[in-house]
Amino acid sequence: MPILQVKNIQKSFGAVNVLKGIDFSLEQGKVLSIIGSSGSGKTTLLRCLTSLETADTGCVEIDGKVVFDSESTVKLTRQEKRENQLKMGLVFQSFNLFPQYNVLDNVMLAQQLAAKDRLDYKAKKQEILAEIEEHSRQIIDSVGLSDKLQNYPCELSGGQQQRVAIARALALNPKILCFDEPTSALDPELTHEVLAVIKELATRNMTMIIVTHEMTFAKEVSDQVIFMDDGVICEQGTPEQVFDSPQNQRLQEFLGSFQK
Amino acid sequence: MELTNGMVMGASLSDTLANMWNAIANSSFFEVTLRLFEGLFTTVELFVLTLLFSLPLGLIICFGSRCKFTPLRYVVKTIVWIVRGSPLMLQILVVYYGPGLLFGWDLLPRFTAALVTFVINYACYFSEIYRGGIQSIPRGQYEAGQVLGMTKWQVFSKVVLLQLIKRIVPPMGNEFITLVKDTALVRVISVYEIIWMGESFIKKGMMWPLFYTAVFYLVFNGLLTLALGYFEKKLDYFKS
Ligand SMILES: Nc1ncnc2c1ncn2[C@@H]1O[C@H](COP(=O)(O)OP(=O)(O)O)[C@@H](O)[C@H]1O
Ligand SMILES: [Mg+2]
Repeated sequence: MPILQVKNIQKSFGAVNVLKGIDFSLEQGKVLSIIGSSGSGKTTLLRCLTSLETADTGCVEIDGKVVFDSESTVKLTRQEKRENQLKMGLVFQSFNLFPQYNVLDNVMLAQQLAAKDRLDYKAKKQEILAEIEEHSRQIIDSVGLSDKLQNYPCELSGGQQQRVAIARALALNPKILCFDEPTSALDPELTHEVLAVIKELATRNMTMIIVTHEMTFAKEVSDQVIFMDDGVICEQGTPEQVFDSPQNQRLQEFLGSFQK
Repeated sequence: MELTNGMVMGASLSDTLANMWNAIANSSFFEVTLRLFEGLFTTVELFVLTLLFSLPLGLIICFGSRCKFTPLRYVVKTIVWIVRGSPLMLQILVVYYGPGLLFGWDLLPRFTAALVTFVINYACYFSEIYRGGIQSIPRGQYEAGQVLGMTKWQVFSKVVLLQLIKRIVPPMGNEFITLVKDTALVRVISVYEIIWMGESFIKKGMMWPLFYTAVFYLVFNGLLTLALGYFEKKLDYFKS
């Protein structure tokens, strides 16, 4: 059974119909790349999946559990909402690190706040906080930034900031990690360090959805590729199918624009 | 010969100084200074208490003016418009005399009336500064907090607040300095602040104490500027 099942997601902003019915599914441990020209609705789709936007229709199931259903009238508790929220991680194009915290605190903050809701928090506070710190240090180490623990975001390069953002999302153990053009705000020479971290995650079987314009990278890292155009999925398949023998004319044009 | 000359000159210098000293003492320099310090105490009290109440109240008003419940939003916005759009001096008079004239209530103590007016007035100005600050925080900060599972309150208190403070320190500093000078307005209801004290010497034929009050304001605002600069520097460790 797929870990993620997305059915008939539609979203309009006022009169603008941005998503016109999106369906797809993703298997555990696989990497899905979403490609498509700007304005085709990729960001909006990720935002609907991560609850930053509420879709008008459709439903999302993660691990067999419904996390969003436009038909449902059940009111979720705060705890349930948070659990659903944390199943999905999101890495933003613009990093969105918290500027007043150093690298370690950026990664620890959400975990520390969540820990306060634990029933044993008062009794085992020191232990819990030490665990969080140890876990965070390991994850920062895994993105190669253990020498920057005490640095503030303004002291880091864009590539380093994005790696912190990835660590911050990973630290909450999401079932699926989404990336919205993670390298689009970076200088070309810095993109490879971020892509290397994502590839490394892929080898460790992290389930990921990556919106990207890095076609070579997408072809290399993905198990599945979706091409979106004007709010619909025009074509989807393996990287070989999508990149080497595209059927859809819009997709052919889109890929052609990268060959120049 | 020269030595004696020097001594004579030295003596006359110290005489001059002594004469000046006497002149100052005779013109009641000490008495005036003492009285102005008394006035300064009232001014500082008003300043500190106004900030103490209006800084939090301003935040509440700010939340009100951003509230999704439209009637409340309009009520708050109207109050802010009235308070910011009319002279503070008039507001002091209204708060002091208004309740008596309208409802026949007893007058509030003068200082209390002045304080209430200042708190409301400055809270309205502060609310606008908070509002500008909140709007200038990138939306991505809230969204990052949300996808990390934080509650709205956690996002505000742990993510936004310090960035907000950093952004509003300069405009707040300007308001603080204006507040120091605005405290002089409370003399319209005879609260004995510095200017009132300085003016009281005119009856005795002394004009200079009134101008001397300027020194007090300048020193007060000088110290305030230093403190604000220090605080701004403290928040320099991050950029946002
Ligand atoms: N909050 C919004 N309000 C109105 N229109 C929006 C909003 N967000 C996105 N859109 C519109 O939706 C369309 C798709 O945007 P987006 O999802 O960002 O596309 P992509 O990420 O593929 O470039 C664009 O035309 C954009 O203007
Ligand atoms: Mg986008």
